[in-house]
Amino acid sequence: MKMKYLKNVAQLKLDSDKCTGCGMCVKVCPHAVFVIDNKKAIITDRDLCMECGACQVNCPFDALEVRKGVGCASAVIKGKLTGSEPTCGCSDTAGCC
Amino acid sequence: MGNCSCQNKKPNSVNNSNAIEVKTEMSIMDTIGRWKARWNIGRMNYKISPGLYMTGRPGPDSEVFISSNYKMSFDILRKNLNGINSWIIVLDTAGINVWCAAGKGTFGTDELVRMIDQTSIKDHIDHKRIIVPQLGAPGISAHEVKKRSGLNVVYGPVKASDIKNFLKNNREITDKMKKVTFTFFERLVLTPTEFVLSLKYSPLFLILLFLVDIIIGKNGLEVFYKDILIFFGALFSGTVLFPALLPFLPFRSFALKGWILGMIYIVTINLMAFNSIQGNYVHMLTIPILVSFLSYNFTGSSTYTSLTGVEKELKISLPLYGISILSGVVVLLINFF
Ligand code: SF4
Ligand code: SF4
Repeated sequence: MKMKYLKNVAQLKLDSDKCTGCGMCVKVCPHAVFVIDNKKAIITDRDLCMECGACQVNCPFDALEVRKGVGCASAVIKGKLTGSEPTCGCSDTAGCC
Repeated sequence: MGNCSCQNKKPNSVNNSNAIEVKTEMSIMDTIGRWKARWNIGRMNYKISPGLYMTGRPGPDSEVFISSNYKMSFDILRKNLNGINSWIIVLDTAGINVWCAAGKGTFGTDELVRMIDQTSIKDHIDHKRIIVPQLGAPGISAHEVKKRSGLNVVYGPVKASDIKNFLKNNREITDKMKKVTFTFFERLVLTPTEFVLSLKYSPLFLILLFLVDIIIGKNGLEVFYKDILIFFGALFSGTVLFPALLPFLPFRSFALKGWILGMIYIVTINLMAFNSIQGNYVHMLTIPILVSFLSYNFTGSSTYTSLTGVEKELKISLPLYGISILSGVVVLLINFF
């Protein structure tokens, strides 16, 4: 069963003009968000994106933009409490990520 | 860590090699260590030293694998390199697994380039490939690494158990090898940790229950014991049943799925213990919130939730949690007077 998270929340942008269809994003995305069609990457289903940022850092042509972050409740809560960016607290909570 | 079999320094036949040989078999200590890590015992100190390691007798044409220095990840890698001569570069990720460390950036381009340099791996090989686990991709920029070190990052399979197939397949990833899954079994192995972590706050809740049931409510011990059982049942629902049932619970929001599970749980308890659906209103108002929160917390262990989504859930559920719990307190007070 394919599990999907909330509808229309993932912040992922693809600039087709910059894309060369190199296929790197297809390679690194853990949720098969992209396919290459006619020498351009296309986003198949944005709701599958977990904002890991892998596609953005590995796109050699700067065609992708993601709000990279951890989808982790305790990180979000901690971030809200301390007023800092949510980061993963894996060093002290094992369950995180 | 004492008895770690992966750090046996042995003289080896490779000339000029600063690599440490590792075994590909698991010792009993490794197995115990993994079990302890799952149950969250002494997990923090579970790391190995960064550096160059090798399995078998690698030569200039052997593959180079990149790993984090979280011992459990490293162990899984070396186990799956059984029978393969290879180099392993272990990055310093502060003992955190590849996936998490890549998110933080400690498993990252800078650290990789630094370790390529420090291990002088380029002197050991006559090709230019390094195999990075695909889960490390959020931290590594392949084209940056190429620019700065001259080496080509090849993304390997998500699961180390696919490494042999990957090598046989000419280092080509199949669709199956690169998808992150979250199967029933994968969710289930997380539950001991989740449950143990949730116990952290139980003394606080027990004191609260004692205050409400015995001191203020002047109920008998029997009520108190029942409440304790219901409380631990709720922890179990949120940390064990929830992960197990995740795809079968309706809606996409973890908090909402969890609330429904909590409702099912408390209604079941009420039917069994009180022979009525609503039973105790205070339970109905508070227990599903507890289960919902624990479930929401499971986003941290899931493999498909996004930061924006998790933030959105919090924004919506926090006020509702507050209203529900406050109503519970009001009902409680009304019952007293
Ligand atoms: S990595 Fe960038 S350039 Fe390459 S296909 Fe994907 S979006 Fe296009
Ligand atoms: S951010 Fe991660 S999950 Fe989202 S599209 Fe990019 S690689 Fe895929």
